[in-house]
This record gives sequence, structure tokens and C-alpha cells, in this order.
Amino acid sequence: MPAVLETRRRPLDWHALVVHALLLACVALIAFPLYYAFVISTQTVEQVIARPPVLRPAGHAVQNYLEAWTRAKMGRLLWNSAVVAVVSALGKIVISVLSAFAIVYFNFRGRTACFWLILVTLMLPVEVRIMSTYEVIGNLGWLDSYAGLTVPLMASATATFLFRQFYLTIPHEMVEAAQLDGAGPMRFLWSFLVPLSWANIAALFVVLFIYGWNQYLWPLMITNTEAMRVVVIGLQDLIPRTGTHIPEWNIMMAAAMMALLPPVAVILFMQRWFVKGLVESEK
Amino acid sequence: MKRSVFKNRGLPYLLVLPQLAVTLVFFFWPAFESLRLSFFRTSAFGDRVVFVGLENFRKLLVSGDYYQSVVNSFIFAFGVTALGVGAGLFVAALATQNVRGLTAYRTAVLWPYGIAPPIAGIIFLFIFHPSYGVLPYWLSFVTAYEFNWLLKGWVAMALVVIATAWTHVGYNIAFFLAGLLAVPTSVLEAASVDGAGALRRFRLIVFPLLAPITFYLVVVNLFFSFFSSFGMIHAVTQGGPGGATEIMVFKVYKDGFIGLNLGSSAAQSVILMLVVIGLTALQFRFVEKRITY
Repeated sequence: MPAVLETRRRPLDWHALVVHALLLACVALIAFPLYYAFVISTQTVEQVIARPPVLRPAGHAVQNYLEAWTRAKMGRLLWNSAVVAVVSALGKIVISVLSAFAIVYFNFRGRTACFWLILVTLMLPVEVRIMSTYEVIGNLGWLDSYAGLTVPLMASATATFLFRQFYLTIPHEMVEAAQLDGAGPMRFLWSFLVPLSWANIAALFVVLFIYGWNQYLWPLMITNTEAMRVVVIGLQDLIPRTGTHIPEWNIMMAAAMMALLPPVAVILFMQRWFVKGLVESEK
Repeated sequence: MKRSVFKNRGLPYLLVLPQLAVTLVFFFWPAFESLRLSFFRTSAFGDRVVFVGLENFRKLLVSGDYYQSVVNSFIFAFGVTALGVGAGLFVAALATQNVRGLTAYRTAVLWPYGIAPPIAGIIFLFIFHPSYGVLPYWLSFVTAYEFNWLLKGWVAMALVVIATAWTHVGYNIAFFLAGLLAVPTSVLEAASVDGAGALRRFRLIVFPLLAPITFYLVVVNLFFSFFSSFGMIHAVTQGGPGGATEIMVFKVYKDGFIGLNLGSSAAQSVILMLVVIGLTALQFRFVEKRITY
């Protein structure tokens, strides 16, 4: 393959053509599962099971989506997922901002210990302590409640770490200026730090929203009633397992499309913030 | 560095209180509880608890099922990591070439990150479906082999590996893009003037600069597939066929929540925590390295 600098002056840019072709192939490969799911969600059962497979959208979208909506009680499921995603993301951001603020702007006994206590939680994903966390929630009487669904997701070492790093970059003359003006710590936090970190907060919110929306193990364990289930779990009932069931994959895929749309839409609308949040929240 | 600070006495404690409360109640208490339970045998109704020392661990170490779940976890995690990181690097390298429409391409490859692994699993379940799926149909023209994940363990494993890598590829691409865009173009141009071709430039200049990010992504992908893939397994294969996709986190849940064997489940949790500590230590070494740059 010739180097970029030589090819740029030629009338036919082979390098660019090859790159475009490969990129399009990658996009097609990555997008195919979603396209396929969408196509199935618009077909009748006969079209779904037809051989050769029909890979064009058909005209049954409206019926399938309505059927999926009522059968899976999608309204309730989506509402619950939205509550979990928004509340856990906001909760995480609030408690992380507060604790990072305390750790950076105050000298208090046990400050280092607090920081390490929080940081160590990086090492304990919910999956590895699942049974005993379940017991704790049971003892608190929080099974089948929004509190049980959201509060345990709120401790976030990464968010605290991120805000701490950000506050450390803010010149400390600002604190002195605020103190000279007679502003108390809460005033300083609210009028200076929070406005300065809106970009970080927005970026983090996108990532945390997706994290909350896509939670599975935790809601699966601590909710028993249909009314409290989140959408990622509720979809299970629609999977046509082998046996006597009619293979209603069209209904399944219609429900899947509705369940995956909110987080994907958040990514597409807030792409700039999303990438920023992703790269920053993990470092 | 000396920082100006506020003088309040009680306020800082009030500020860290919510975070500490959540951390202590939902992280430390359960972690210690798991550690404690791992030394006991509990009857199924929880009414009798007997101290058994390291017996739960000893049983795990001689259990063929547990051994298989460890092997499955490694196959799964390394499969997802190799596929996800490899594909991520390939796509990101393409998406930083000097061509038009890069923003659109980048958006078009990032979004699978938003899809919950169980939902991705369901979609791939249908793509792989032995009677209705499009993939076995296409493959039937190439080979008469029956790609039935309900019967063949390795097909089921391939299914969950591909589906998991798919949900994570956007993440890997985002990091590689960030890394690639940080490579100074002047160095690349100089190399290009010296006659180094695209592949050679990538191998000699770009890849060494990307090594820290690659290492980070390998650790994160291993972490992710080891610990956060419960939903994928639960929604798609339930550990089957014949335990072929039963990974360690799924077994903790199955033995504890369904089998009610709390002691064994707790012992498995403790082993998983040790793995997490190992991976986190690796990650910290990386962070330290980054800081000295």
C-alpha cells in the first residue's frame, strides 16, 4: 500500500477507497444484529420462520409493537428502568461530588482513611458479593422496592475519584477569593465548583444512566413482583423457548427494540459527552 | 503542595457520610459476611449453621463442576477480550485514517455499548437459532455441520463470546480512538517521508504508543467478562448445554440462590474477590506507570 502523502495527489485515491470499503464493512458487521432484530420485529411469524430468511422490513411493525407493549406490560417495565437509571445516576453523582469536595477542601481526621475506604470498593463488584448483599437488603426490608433497586448502586469509587482529580486541578486562589468574599463552603461548592464541573457531570451522567438501565443481576435478585421488574429482565418472558410455543420472535424483537432504544438514543444524542465520560470515568 | 482549606469541623463528616454509609452497608458488610459464611455450612432453611473451617474451599478444589466453571470463565474472558480488543483496535485504526465522513463512521461503531448484554444475547440467540436463525442457514451452504448451540457446548460458548464482545466493542473503539488521536502526526509524517509504509508506521510507532491503553483495555475486558457477564449467561444459555457456558459468577448465583448452598456460594465469592484484587492490582500498576509518563 503506498504512503498517504504520495497518494493524496493522485486523481483516484486508492488508500481512501480501501479505508472506506473496510470501514463500511465494519459498520455493516457491527450494525447487522440490530438491523436484523429490527427486520424481524416488523414481520409476521410466517415471515420469521420462512426459509430462505426474509431480510427486508415488512409491514407488521405496528401490530407487533402494540402486542409486545401490552403483553410484556412495557409501560411499567420502561418506567421502572428509567427510575433505576436516573435515580442511581443522580444519586451517585451527588454523593460523589459531596465526598470528593470534603476530601479535597477540608482537613479532617480520617480523611485519608475515608478516601481509601471509598477507593477499595473498586474491588468489589456486586457480582462477587451477591448473596450477602441480598441478605443485607432483606434485613433492611428493602426487597421489591425502589430503594433496594437504586441505593446499593450509588456508591461509586470511580465517580468520586474523577471529581477529586478535577477539583485538584482548580487553582486554590479560587478558594481564597471565595473566602475573602465571605462565601462559606457550601456556597463555594454550589456557585463555583458545580458550575465548573457541568461538563464532567453531564459526561458521567450518560455513562451512569446506561450502567443503571442495563443492570440485570441485582434487579433480578431483589424484585419478585411484576410491578417492580425492570425492562432488561421483563423481556425474558417473551423468549420463545423450544417446545410447543409458537416462535413469536417478531414480538420478542419488537420488545427488545423498545428496551434498547433509550440507552442507544442517549449515546447518539449525547455522543460527545458519552465518549468523554467513558474515557474519563475509567481512568 | 499546600492547599487552602475550609475550617469547618463537622461539615466534612456530614459530606462524606452518604458515600461512607452506602459503602459500608452495601460493600463492606456483605464482603465480610461472605468471608464469614465461607467458613460455615448452612442448612437449606438457614436454621442450622455449623463451623466447618476450610471445608467449603476444599470441596470446591476437588469438585469437577467447579473446575469446569473456572476453565469456562477463562475461555469466555479470554475469548471476549481477544475478539473485543482486536476488533476495537482494527476499527479505531481505520477510523483515524485520513478520509471523509469520520464522525459518521465513529458514531456508527460506538452505539452497541448502550445495549444491555442480556438483550444483545437475545438478539444473537436468534441469529444463531438452529431452526430460524440466519447464521446456521448461511453456514449450511458452506458446511453440513450442525451449528446448534442447544446441543453443542462450543457453539453456545461462541454465541455468548461473540454477543458479549459485540456489546463491548464500542468501548474499546472509544479508548483506542482517544489513544490514536494523541499520536503526534509530525512523527508519522516524518516516518512517511522516510519511506515507511502504513503498516510499518503502525507497527513501529503507533503500536508502542498504544501499548498502555491496550494493556488497560485487556484488564478491563477481562474484568468485565469475568464479573459482569452474569446477565448474558442467565438470559441466553443458563449455563448449558451440559455446563459448557457455566462461568464462575453464574455458579455463585446458581449454588447460592437456587441451590441454597450458602457456604459453597460464599467460598466461591471469596475466590472471586481474590481474582478481583489481583486484576485491580494489575490495573493500579498501570495507573502508576501512566503517572510517571
